[in-house]
Amino acid sequence: MAGAKEIRGQIKSIKNTQKITKAMEMVAASKMRKAQDRMLATRPYADKIRQVMGHVAMAHAEYRHPYLEEREVKRVGIIVVSTDRGLCGGLNINLFKKTVQTMTEWRNKGAEIELCLIGNKALGFFRRLGGEVVANVGNLGDRPRLNDLIGSVKVMLNHYDEGRIDRLILMENEFVNTMSQQPKATTLLPIVPTGEQELKHHWDYIYEPDTVPVLDTLLTRYIESVIYQAVVENVACEMAARMVAMKSATDNAGDLIHELQLVYNKARQAAITQEISEIVGGAAAV
Amino acid sequence: MAMTFHVDIVSAEESIYSGTAHMLVAPAEQGEVGILPRHSQFVALLKPGEIRVKVSESGEEHHIFISGGLLEVQPHVVTVLADTAIRAKDLDEAEALEAKQRAEDALVNRRADFDYAKAQSELIEAAARLRMIQKLRKSTNQ
Repeated sequence: MAGAKEIRGQIKSIKNTQKITKAMEMVAASKMRKAQDRMLATRPYADKIRQVMGHVAMAHAEYRHPYLEEREVKRVGIIVVSTDRGLCGGLNINLFKKTVQTMTEWRNKGAEIELCLIGNKALGFFRRLGGEVVANVGNLGDRPRLNDLIGSVKVMLNHYDEGRIDRLILMENEFVNTMSQQPKATTLLPIVPTGEQELKHHWDYIYEPDTVPVLDTLLTRYIESVIYQAVVENVACEMAARMVAMKSATDNAGDLIHELQLVYNKARQAAITQEISEIVGGAAAV
Repeated sequence: MAMTFHVDIVSAEESIYSGTAHMLVAPAEQGEVGILPRHSQFVALLKPGEIRVKVSESGEEHHIFISGGLLEVQPHVVTVLADTAIRAKDLDEAEALEAKQRAEDALVNRRADFDYAKAQSELIEAAARLRMIQKLRKSTNQ
């Protein structure tokens, strides 16, 4: 019977797909572990900077850096951190949905939007959707380097300095655990002082060369490190999401093969029965 | 007890060094600074150069190259926030220009990667035009 042969071909092709998804799952799992380690390695730097910054800002209440000052919002800069490659479930799409939602909110308040896109998927999405893209960087790989991000971040910081944007928002995926990644919007600029430290006795640093350049450098590095952290975290999210997506794809392929196998067996059985009955019928006719 | 302090050298990407030390010498922007235990609170910008960490009385030293960054000193803890690469204002500007250029290129070359929806609509239009021409030919032949 012709059906049996076709089904056999189909099973074979699904088996091949299953092999690929299985391999991708395992690769993603091992990459995820490394990405998580890198994610943790970036923490001390940001923590330390935040600490020093909090102190400097506190000690110099009279000097207000523009990054710390709230102003009326006419234009909003949004940095979107996405992956370079697909096949990672709803990771990117969830983030883009949230981004679009944030954009609509700001537009309703009468603010214009400009975008800085990190990762190829974001570029693809906003190319279709439209939007003013001012900076873009992609192909960061599994091991993103801070140096690759400096340019794009600088564009946004420059625009903030020039007053072209009055607020800078970072759209990122938060790594909750392997099964769950949450899209999240964080306001980068202006920096809202946490005000958690209550300094009892007053002390101050000795600065070299001076307060202002030190604070400038600190704030720039801080923003960069937050964005870098988001990018590294996004790699961990990507790998986790891909692992889960590929796992379910492998399982689905298994189910499909099982069902097709049953159909194939039935078809084969039917063909044999038919043949026998034809032979018996033929013998009887003789 | 010999006086020591804790040293952390971290960059945005990783932790580079962590341990106790007797003395630390760092290339601050206005000249090298040496830090001993119980130094008063101090913050300095660093230029590219070598950090020397003296880990024992006998003079054993670690040499770590950094490409600039920040030095923060507390009486018993010293932290170096190292940059990952050599940074300069004009270098950063060049990077920024590049990022802008990439964004513009990406938007200009939107047809570079194949746009299926557009191609399909063009195909339908072309097919309709072809049918029209064939119809016209038939009517003129008759």
